[in-house]
Amino acid sequence: MEATSAGATGAPRPDLYRTRTRRSTGEAAIRYALLAAALVSVLTTTGIVFSLLEETVVFFGDVGVGEFLSGTKWTPLAGGESQSFGVVPLVFDTLYLTGIGLLVAIPFGIGSAIYLSEYASPRVRRILKPVLEVLSGVPTIVFGYFALTFVTPEILKGLGLEVGSFNALSAGLVLGVLVLPTIATVADDALTAVPGSLREGAFGLGASRMQVSVRVVLPAALSGVVAALVLGASRAVGETVIILVAGGQKADLTLDPTVAMQNMAAFIAAASRADIPTSGPEYGAIFAVGTTLFVMTLVLNAISIRFVRKYRQVYE
Amino acid sequence: MSAVPEAGLSRKVVERASSGQRTKDLMFRLALLFSVSVGFVVLAALVLDVMIDGASRVSLDFITSFPSRISPESTGVKSALIGTIYLMVLCAVFIVPVGVATAVYLEEYANRDSRLSRLIEVNIQNLAAVPSVVYGILGLAFIVRGPLGLGPVLLAGALTLGLLVLPVVIIVSREAIRAVPSSIREGSLALGATQWQTIWKQVLPGALPGIATGVILALSRAIGETAPLLVIGAATFARFNPEGITDRFTAMPLAIFEFISDADTEFRAAGAAAIIVLLALLVVMNAGAIFLRNRYERKW
Amino acid sequence: MTQEPDRQEREAQAATSAVPSASSDGQPAALQTEAHGQKLAAGTREAIYDLDDVGVTYGSVPAVREVTFPIYQHEITALIGPSGCGKSTLIRCLNRMNDLIPAASVTGKVSYHGQNLYDDEIDPVQVRKHIGMVFQKPNPFPKSIYDNIAFGPRVLGMDGNMDEIVESALRRGALWAEVKDRLKTNAFGMSGGQQQRLCIARALATSPDVILMDEPCSALDPISTGRIEDLMLELKENYSIVIVTHNMQQAARVSNMTAFFTVELDADEKQRTGRVVEYDETEKVFTNPSDERTEAYVTGKVG
Repeated sequence: MEATSAGATGAPRPDLYRTRTRRSTGEAAIRYALLAAALVSVLTTTGIVFSLLEETVVFFGDVGVGEFLSGTKWTPLAGGESQSFGVVPLVFDTLYLTGIGLLVAIPFGIGSAIYLSEYASPRVRRILKPVLEVLSGVPTIVFGYFALTFVTPEILKGLGLEVGSFNALSAGLVLGVLVLPTIATVADDALTAVPGSLREGAFGLGASRMQVSVRVVLPAALSGVVAALVLGASRAVGETVIILVAGGQKADLTLDPTVAMQNMAAFIAAASRADIPTSGPEYGAIFAVGTTLFVMTLVLNAISIRFVRKYRQVYE
Repeated sequence: MSAVPEAGLSRKVVERASSGQRTKDLMFRLALLFSVSVGFVVLAALVLDVMIDGASRVSLDFITSFPSRISPESTGVKSALIGTIYLMVLCAVFIVPVGVATAVYLEEYANRDSRLSRLIEVNIQNLAAVPSVVYGILGLAFIVRGPLGLGPVLLAGALTLGLLVLPVVIIVSREAIRAVPSSIREGSLALGATQWQTIWKQVLPGALPGIATGVILALSRAIGETAPLLVIGAATFARFNPEGITDRFTAMPLAIFEFISDADTEFRAAGAAAIIVLLALLVVMNAGAIFLRNRYERKW
Repeated sequence: MTQEPDRQEREAQAATSAVPSASSDGQPAALQTEAHGQKLAAGTREAIYDLDDVGVTYGSVPAVREVTFPIYQHEITALIGPSGCGKSTLIRCLNRMNDLIPAASVTGKVSYHGQNLYDDEIDPVQVRKHIGMVFQKPNPFPKSIYDNIAFGPRVLGMDGNMDEIVESALRRGALWAEVKDRLKTNAFGMSGGQQQRLCIARALATSPDVILMDEPCSALDPISTGRIEDLMLELKENYSIVIVTHNMQQAARVSNMTAFFTVELDADEKQRTGRVVEYDETEKVFTNPSDERTEAYVTGKVG
């Protein structure tokens, strides 16, 4: 039985050679175009870093880094002698407002997550989860309006508290409500990822649902829950409009929640609308604060990613 | 993962039988229900508050009148509404090609382990966590001033907002593309189609419903963003409509901000009315997204 | 199901030669077709593929090695053997589908019509235009039946009336009668067996000369399997078919030549690599195999 290859009996060879067709160069061009689009995200980060650093460096030439980072008087838009660029009060107020928000968001957010994942029937889940989604879709300006025109006059004054029209408590509480869905959703994801076999084992021993949720499921999902908290904190730190509208224009070192307060993001927004020359330190202050805010949220984000990775590793 | 918790725990959990534990359980359950209701109640209070304050001011006149500094009764949101609509259209024109192209590159072309694709992915993750004000600073420094020098115009606003929500489009598009089974790609390639032919004619059409939902999601976020527009210097008050992409503009969130920041609290009712209009827009957009998803979503 | 003879002839011509056969050796076309059809009588068979020491490694793990045998035109060649012996890996070398797996690297020579498919200058896209493939799980596109069939011709830029091309492919795939009234309906509405015949018709639409089938019936019921086996026997008159199958009876029923693969444990490296133990006329492999491993497999002693 002979086998001859095609050439000998004359069946022609199909044209398999790569030719410089329009098609193959077209394919290469498409690949480059797509890569260019993908690089936009890299360019964006580079742009953010450059836009912040450029003016920040100029600013630190004017106002020393030491004075900025350790000064305790923040009055950048004041005139003459009272102008001061110590950022400590601004950072403190940012953290204070975030703290008030987290006081609301953490217990109620985690509580909601535990309820959704451990207690709620699928039908109840189907109703409640969208409520959280809707809440997270409400524009922040609406929350700001709510804080200014309802929470401050009706709730707080209604409770008899002596608060100013702009106050930290109102802004902080509403900030908490803003962040609550984020914490609830991410924590719920972490809790539902815990395998059912763990729960079954505990129930089998006679544990109550509360004991199972708190002593078994929650610890198992801990890194995911922590990730949720850090993510929520990061969002609260960077929130602008609620504070801008309901919080106030001053940043002082105080623990009094009834007074006006401003955070870094709100300062940036307020200052960029003010009539300030682009040559003076006030303009640079916007960027210096922006850099501080950017670094803080970057760090928080990195921490939360670490925790997310930890909890994913456990189940994959 | 063991199915049984450690021994030390089991001793404690068996103490359940006491009525003390049952009371604790009940209190816990009530506390959880209370937590859940917080979100519910606040959402309801928010909507009711806005409705009560502003419903009476919502009218055709309101939507078709320019804002007024003098008269709270006749102020309107025409310029802001037009501005918002133009802004969203321009934003979509920017984010759809760039976002989908990025997703296609990362899913279909890039080598997963290469440093370049990991760099791009890390970037996208980080950008998703950057506060919106910082995007405003980026827009101010590079788009409004700096190299592009467009000024506080529609295009600048659309690009700034676009960069802000681009990660959303990229992430959702990637998921939609990944959901298309590899057997479809193999079938197409085995027939002699090129990689791009396969993507353009099989993968993207299959991923389209998911991508569209993602774009609407992104625009829903962009439509309510105030901070970046404030920082780039967009107007909060305008008695004119923008005509072209290089015209100054205002938008709904900015108009709302102006209304409620006005020292004259008479304008707050107009602010509430404007909020109602904005929320109505959001409801329409999200209803569209849900409709798309239910009608066209492919179950692979 | 009617077949117009002249169209069949035209398909035979198109399937076996890109250019009218009369050119290279002076023999008139009709004689060539006849010669192709009667291999044993003339004593010479054309090999459409010639595999020479072909091996595939995934990363550092060799999946299959030292594969050397010819594949003949207008015949059905079956690749059989236990799981993990590299049959699917090998068949994917025949149309460069292994290119899709970044970790895969191919050694040796895969000659197709005398050209090494893995030459640097060969364009895999061009290769796949001449070689069709049918997969284990039917993978119709989420489009209409018509658009499924038309996809190949469209992307290849084939000339001609698309309606005719689609009809011709569906006829050759023994599907026309069943679907001619619902060409515009979605392919996902078909049964599993119909979908697989659609995939076969889709592969035929581009007029390839080889059709590779990777366990095409393993996801189908026995009746659909039988119909596809009958189809394969018809198709081999105009195409060459290589089929990977777990089903020994199927290999015995339809194939002319059978290659038996086995897995060898590499003593020091603890790796399992596939290789061809025996390659011969199907009848011989199943009734009087030369190697005892082949005998053990085909008589069911070993998995």
